[in-house]
Amino acid sequence: MRETRGFKIYRGVTLTVLGLFVLVPLYVMITSSLKPLKDVQGAFTWWPSNLTLAPFVDMWKTVPLAKYFVNSTIVSVAATVFSVAIAILAAFAVSRFKFRGRTVFTTTVLSTQMFPGVLFLLPLFLIFVNINNSFGLQLVGTRLGLIITYLTFSLPFSIWMLAGYFDSIPRELDEAALVDGCGPMGALWRVVLPAARPGVIAVAIYSFMTAWGEVLFASVMTTEANRTLSVGLRQYSTQTNIYWNQIMAAALVVSVPVVIGFLLAQRHFVAGVTAGAVK
Amino acid sequence: MSVATETAAPAPAPPRKRSRLEHRPGLNRWLPYALLAPAVLLELFIHIIPMLVGIWMSFVKLTKFFIANWSSAPGAGLGNYKVALDFNNAVGQGLLKSFGVTVVFSLVTVAFSWVLGMAAAVALQPEFRGRGIVRTLFLVPYALPAYAGILTWNFMLQRDTGAVNHVLEQLHLSDGRTFWLIGGNALISLITVAGWKLWTFAFLTLMAGMQSIPRDLYEAASVDGAGNIRQWRNITLPSLRPVNLVLVLVLFLWTFSDFNTPYVLFGTAQPPAGDLITFHIYNASFLTWNFGTGAAMSVLLLIFLMIVTGAYLLVTGRRSRRA
Repeated sequence: MRETRGFKIYRGVTLTVLGLFVLVPLYVMITSSLKPLKDVQGAFTWWPSNLTLAPFVDMWKTVPLAKYFVNSTIVSVAATVFSVAIAILAAFAVSRFKFRGRTVFTTTVLSTQMFPGVLFLLPLFLIFVNINNSFGLQLVGTRLGLIITYLTFSLPFSIWMLAGYFDSIPRELDEAALVDGCGPMGALWRVVLPAARPGVIAVAIYSFMTAWGEVLFASVMTTEANRTLSVGLRQYSTQTNIYWNQIMAAALVVSVPVVIGFLLAQRHFVAGVTAGAVK
Repeated sequence: MSVATETAAPAPAPPRKRSRLEHRPGLNRWLPYALLAPAVLLELFIHIIPMLVGIWMSFVKLTKFFIANWSSAPGAGLGNYKVALDFNNAVGQGLLKSFGVTVVFSLVTVAFSWVLGMAAAVALQPEFRGRGIVRTLFLVPYALPAYAGILTWNFMLQRDTGAVNHVLEQLHLSDGRTFWLIGGNALISLITVAGWKLWTFAFLTLMAGMQSIPRDLYEAASVDGAGNIRQWRNITLPSLRPVNLVLVLVLFLWTFSDFNTPYVLFGTAQPPAGDLITFHIYNASFLTWNFGTGAAMSVLLLIFLMIVTGAYLLVTGRRSRRA
């Protein structure tokens, strides 16, 4: 690509238009979270006439946001930890062993990622209800049910991406570890995992984002006790009022941790996607 | 990923053709299966078994009376499918309309996202000052939890207090009193909101793909006098073909089963013009608690997506072989 004048004009126009498209909603989100309620109930203004931090204080009182926060954090962290651990084991098997059923496994697992969630939603809900009736293990309305469900959502992509990462680590390294007296698991733990750390971090962030942002299953599998943020934020719209300033403040607060995490790991993420695409 | 080679232990590994792991037949036989077991069990429990149960559900009369006691639900034969596909009654008509809306939504959103993603990836291809910042900014909509972005758009699309009507009025493009979330404009809103997040994924993928195109290709073309547009057509596009094949399919499958956007944007009062199929099935199931019909609709959706995916892979596969 040569940077001709035409290209520079093209770049300027494209980046300005797309930049505005991306930025305006973010700007509205941030400024609206700093407005008093009457300002978000009147005509839209670009600049808050009365800057206030009150929405960030009030949002914890209007709805039990702290509880939703705790629920979302526990569910997402647990789902991430288990998902990453399970994906590491599976990816190690796929990357380092030749065994019967390997292709069947990888294609089946990847294709489950492609099917619409609503397909599993009804039967899974029903299975959970009936497990409760038969065994007394409550999965609807508990964090456990959400954790088990969410960790499988990120599993296929995580296995695929990690297997790609592991493939890029020379096998001679494992063999050196084996010569030194490690078992295969030792080789995974001492050699492969440390070398694949960026991939593991990227997969962990992906898993966390998946669980943190999930809406469909949360809307069915949660009751007041285990409600997560994705559904809990709807509670700001009551019959009498919609607290838009507090909604924007809450949306901002729940976004900051995942956005920062993703942006910090974006390079690994891109590398992981490329590694997968090249395969 | 180059970390691996730097941490290489200096142990002189003997040159072997087969991995040492593969030289231990006993261990080798069961270890990979043990490693896969947790993943397989979970996939079975959460995905495969529910899918089979879903197919079974579509053949029984599973109304609210049988939800806690499903084994006694009476069989329905093809009854649920007949109801879902009878386009003369309300249920069938609703499904057909929702399907049509979803097709339009999906095609336009995929095209929209791909074009914007490609435009941005091309603009950011040559190095320039500030490139990293722009790239990071463009990834924010993707990183944002879906509901946070959609809620913001929901606020912006309000008729009396929203930013969208305000801007349109100031630009004299409308009187500023347009309804965006009810009536016919709902589909435009859906496409905009879904596209706002999705184009950044297209951008991410295409950008990653462009990094692996060798630079000398462009240099050689420049020497031959090819302009930027011809370089894009003759080098960038063909090199990105494998990436594009996967990207378009993934975007299509995602948009076709999008639930978050209509659910967060419209709540339970979905306008007919924004009645995407996943949302439609969801409401048909949980508003009436008639899971049998809902399951039949889900199976029909699955069959449709499988046919489209199969046809897509067949056509694109044949074309690549010819190329």
